[in-house]
Amino acid sequence: MLNIEIDGKSIEVEHGSTIIDAADKVGIAIPRFCYHPKLSVAANCRMCLVQVEKFNKPLPACATPVADGMKIFTRSKSAIEAQQSVMEFLLINHPLDCPICDQGGECDLQDVAVAYGVSGSRYTEEKRVVFNKNIGPLVSTDMTRCIQCTRCVRFLKEVGGMQELGMIGRGEHAEITAYVDKSVNSELSGNIIDLCPVGALTSKPFRYSARSWELTRRPSIAAHDSLGSHIEVHVKDNKVMRVLPREKESINECWLSDRDRFSYEGLNSPDRLKVPMIKHNGAWVETDWKTALEFAAGQLKDITNEHGGEALGVLVSPNSTMEEGFLAKKLANGLACGNVDYRLRQTDFRLDGKRLGTPWMGCNIHEIEELDRIIVIGSNLRNEHPLLAQRFRRAVANGAELSVVSPLDNDPLMDIAHKVIVRPNDMVNVLGQILKAMSGLQRLSLCLPPSLTALLDDIKVRPNTQAIAESLAGHGKDYDLIAPKVGIFLGNMALSDPRFTEMYSMAEAIGGITGAKGGILPAAANSTGMHMMGVMPSSTGMHARAMLEIPRKAYLLLNIEPELDCQHAALAKAAMEKAECVVALTTYKSQALDNADILLPITPFTETSGTFMSMEGRVQSFAAAVRPLGESRPAWKVLRVLANTLGLAGFDFESSEQVKDAIFAGEKPSAVVWRSLNNNLRELVEIQVNIKHDGLQRIGEVPQYESDPIVRRSPPLQKTKYNIKPMARMCSRQLAALDLVEGDHVLVKQDKGSAVLTVRLDDHVAMGCVRVAAAHEATIGLGELMGDITVEKLSPQQLLDINKNITEARA
Amino acid sequence: MVASSKPVVKTDLAGQTLVTLRTLTEENPASLETYLKLGGYAALKRVVTEKVKPTDIITEVKTSGLRGRGGAGFPTGLKWSFMPRYFDGVKYLVCNTDEGEPGTFKDRDIIRYNPHQLIEGMAIAAYTLGARVGYNYIHGEIWQDYEIFEAALHEAKAAGYLGENLFGTNFSFDLYAVHGYGAYICGEETALIESIEGKKGQPRFKPPFPASYGVFGKPTNVNNTESYTSIPWIMQNGGQAFADLGVPNSGGTKLFSISGHVEKPGNYEVNMGMPFTELLALAGGIWKGRQLKAVIPGGPSTAVMPASAIMGATMDYDGLSKARSSLGAGSMIVMDDTTCMVKALHRLAYFFYEESCGQCTPCREGTGWVYRVIDRIVKGQGKMEDLDLLTDVSNNIAGRTICALGEAAATPVLSFIKHFRPEFEYYIQHGKSMVDGK
Repeated sequence: MLNIEIDGKSIEVEHGSTIIDAADKVGIAIPRFCYHPKLSVAANCRMCLVQVEKFNKPLPACATPVADGMKIFTRSKSAIEAQQSVMEFLLINHPLDCPICDQGGECDLQDVAVAYGVSGSRYTEEKRVVFNKNIGPLVSTDMTRCIQCTRCVRFLKEVGGMQELGMIGRGEHAEITAYVDKSVNSELSGNIIDLCPVGALTSKPFRYSARSWELTRRPSIAAHDSLGSHIEVHVKDNKVMRVLPREKESINECWLSDRDRFSYEGLNSPDRLKVPMIKHNGAWVETDWKTALEFAAGQLKDITNEHGGEALGVLVSPNSTMEEGFLAKKLANGLACGNVDYRLRQTDFRLDGKRLGTPWMGCNIHEIEELDRIIVIGSNLRNEHPLLAQRFRRAVANGAELSVVSPLDNDPLMDIAHKVIVRPNDMVNVLGQILKAMSGLQRLSLCLPPSLTALLDDIKVRPNTQAIAESLAGHGKDYDLIAPKVGIFLGNMALSDPRFTEMYSMAEAIGGITGAKGGILPAAANSTGMHMMGVMPSSTGMHARAMLEIPRKAYLLLNIEPELDCQHAALAKAAMEKAECVVALTTYKSQALDNADILLPITPFTETSGTFMSMEGRVQSFAAAVRPLGESRPAWKVLRVLANTLGLAGFDFESSEQVKDAIFAGEKPSAVVWRSLNNNLRELVEIQVNIKHDGLQRIGEVPQYESDPIVRRSPPLQKTKYNIKPMARMCSRQLAALDLVEGDHVLVKQDKGSAVLTVRLDDHVAMGCVRVAAAHEATIGLGELMGDITVEKLSPQQLLDINKNITEARA
Repeated sequence: MVASSKPVVKTDLAGQTLVTLRTLTEENPASLETYLKLGGYAALKRVVTEKVKPTDIITEVKTSGLRGRGGAGFPTGLKWSFMPRYFDGVKYLVCNTDEGEPGTFKDRDIIRYNPHQLIEGMAIAAYTLGARVGYNYIHGEIWQDYEIFEAALHEAKAAGYLGENLFGTNFSFDLYAVHGYGAYICGEETALIESIEGKKGQPRFKPPFPASYGVFGKPTNVNNTESYTSIPWIMQNGGQAFADLGVPNSGGTKLFSISGHVEKPGNYEVNMGMPFTELLALAGGIWKGRQLKAVIPGGPSTAVMPASAIMGATMDYDGLSKARSSLGAGSMIVMDDTTCMVKALHRLAYFFYEESCGQCTPCREGTGWVYRVIDRIVKGQGKMEDLDLLTDVSNNIAGRTICALGEAAATPVLSFIKHFRPEFEYYIQHGKSMVDGK
């Protein structure tokens, strides 16, 4: 520790602290623009110049490390003069038209100018003009306002992983720009809006729609991935105007993914269902709540009375709150129905009944940065968990070795030490190879069940899996770690895979040997919470896949669009078509719900109170940010009243808090969570390591901005380059093997369904696979996300015929 | 491809002491043959084969009184002692041949007429500092000279003065030529390092200094061309002999690039401490029989001196600092009595405005402001308060920037207005120059 003095205050600071760190620690405000605690130090704005004893020139507080006995003066004559002169320089070329600037009222430059500027300018020469850049649909530019602090440049390079902005030109001609004709495509790009200390980078969707001082700020929790990011919902006239990150160091730090930041634009989509609707003679008719609820209750009651509770299937979105999931399950149970599930995109349910607890990520989010060795299995990190990916990026920057086993070779924008890119079916074998290679490494004691040991005999270890095993065991390029901190994580592609169970078991075995932390990276905001509450089939009930494979007579849908949110789109569609009655609690009226019979308008997360449980088991409750739109109501209320109408007992909740209390039975949530989270298995499942699979396998990834109904309706997100129509993507070897070239049209088939797609060369895809995105209208005819698929080349005539048929069918 | 290695040889060398340009007396100065004839590479061979202790070499350089010839005048021996002696990895050596200030053209003559002495000097430095790889960064506008240096590198390599295991010892040194693209800022050592790394030339914040974090983040020693070129002479003749050429605190010789209103502009290598009048006489005196008005002694970043101040000065570090300017890089711009100081400053202000890298605020914004105000004065739209404004703005740039360009830009403005204020006032009042009436 060092003893220093700032403005006469004696303080103790750590070795290596800078003056600005020390000042911040004791609450002495030093003005700054380019400095940001999460970014590298640039020292270019010069606003933080302070006087330091024994130095004849003022020093930048952000870049000057403290020394023992240092005396710093932040408000002395020399310091103030320096700060004021820098302020004057910054303002000479900056437009002084705050009233028409979108940043006005929340502008660092404006604020600091009030403190350090003067009322008039000595500058009477012409001002600089910089042309604006179009960097995409999310961030708007007003480059004349830029003060060249390079925060945006540093963010994209250091946090985003790719330098998409840079400064070109010298002196006054220096300007921030993207690559020629390129936009900023980072999935974290919105953060540069927050970072920009002036109005140069502002939010394109929000621009000119409200003033910061007109907005009421309401805390909430992000709803589109399981990170549990803290957000602040900005509201004006009962409308969500924008969403910003709320600082939470251990979760989202001060960042937010673009998905969580810009999804709000979908909240008030024209698709919003504002009144209950009933299908009458094939046409939708608006109705009142009482009629709708009575009708729904009557239908459900009739069907369950006649055919038993198992005639009903209840499908719950993992994006719904804990309260909603709890009531949906309770309602189903009240109808003697055990068919409840939230695992809509899961194919393999062989682990049911074999788990010791709720699967989770197996560590705290911030612990990722401290890992030495990481293996990620079946995950396109940036697509699935955009903000979590940057924690991995920082781990790698800190020296961690990252290994990847995946059917996709997407660039995570961080160094990968070892990777094995194989078709999903071969991933179990690859994990087996890693396990076997470990048995050859003396440092690891291998105590595997005999059944697993015998299996490994049939496996041949390849050099790249050997390398992964060695890496996980602590071997390194320069030196070997004695006790590496290892992390193992399974992502969405693994979770959706027909052989998820085997992958999971192998991963668990690897984790056991290496003493690894880790687990699954749950896909949705409340996946972990749903599992913990057991929003899953009873011992005799059906899981999500079975409910579609063996169609039910009635369905209760909570917050889902079946064809887009289920792992088997074609089955989901068929099941809904066939059902006698489909009651959909939904925020939007959509084509995907055309086969429903009753639509009950529920509110999105911003219009209800509720609770999400994150990937690290954090139970986070939030209040509604705005009142419900139209006649829509929070789903927990709808479920409660529906249950009342059905005459079910135990539905007397008057607030979501009461529901929450019921969930945790009056206990402290963390205590319940602590008991529940457990990635271990009660018993091993049967694993086969050498399943031959000669056909093609689909990689049915859910694109980032198609992940849930709100995101799908956010126009700015839909305008990004991530929104491309699904195509049949294959690697060059695969194309050659099928005699296809990019641009060909093909008929892809899964089960009885098919889709006509354009062929795209994508060398990120493993041989033997076709990458066909899911959750899109173009592919709702297809089947399992990671299932078998065939590809047939279409001649121009065949293509014409198909198009003609489609046109005729529509007519 | 390679430009002629037989440039025109200067004949009139009277009054000069040739240390860094010692091959000028010969027919084909840039060739290896010529350099060897003059005893070249003997010093390198001696220190390498006799395994002279690096600390002894540094002591010798300290004794010589050699100070950085790029303008800052930092003692070279002291700088060398900052390089970490034990470092696990590659250390680098960089030569700064990026002289870019108006009126600066001395290093160009070194690589054009005496490239081998620079190579030898760098090799000795590399041996001393344990550097494995060296770069000579040559500014982008002198392509022909760049090629001469490149040819010399090939010659030296072929003859075994560069490369692996020199003279059969375990000392190896690879030297490369790198050329810039014409940015003045790349003459700043950390911007130069960034440029070598392939980045936009922008100074780094210091500390850390290059000695601990230089090229590719490795310990790096950066010296000026003239400094390195002095080393072989020092190692051959001894540090004391070099020091004795000059005056106390300014050892050796100095190359002065004399331009402006003299009869014989050009480079003159003379002993440190030579009276200004003598140096002026070497350059043939003021041209056309006119009177001396002012001199910028060390390049535009040094303060201008009115004739009265410079006539009694001696050309060395202390001599010029006593006269309230500085030796800088020895780029002397001589101005006769027909020179309008307002227009001269206009030109200089434009240079700094154009060459600011744009990284930090005071320089990026301030140089443009200063230029525009002077431009307005020159166009006859000046206001009397502009002079105080210029002074104030320049003071606000100086000392508040990442690199020294801030001071460099402020110094001419401050010194021109200080010494020639009436001329500026006249220009503002009359909208035209006091000197040429235009």
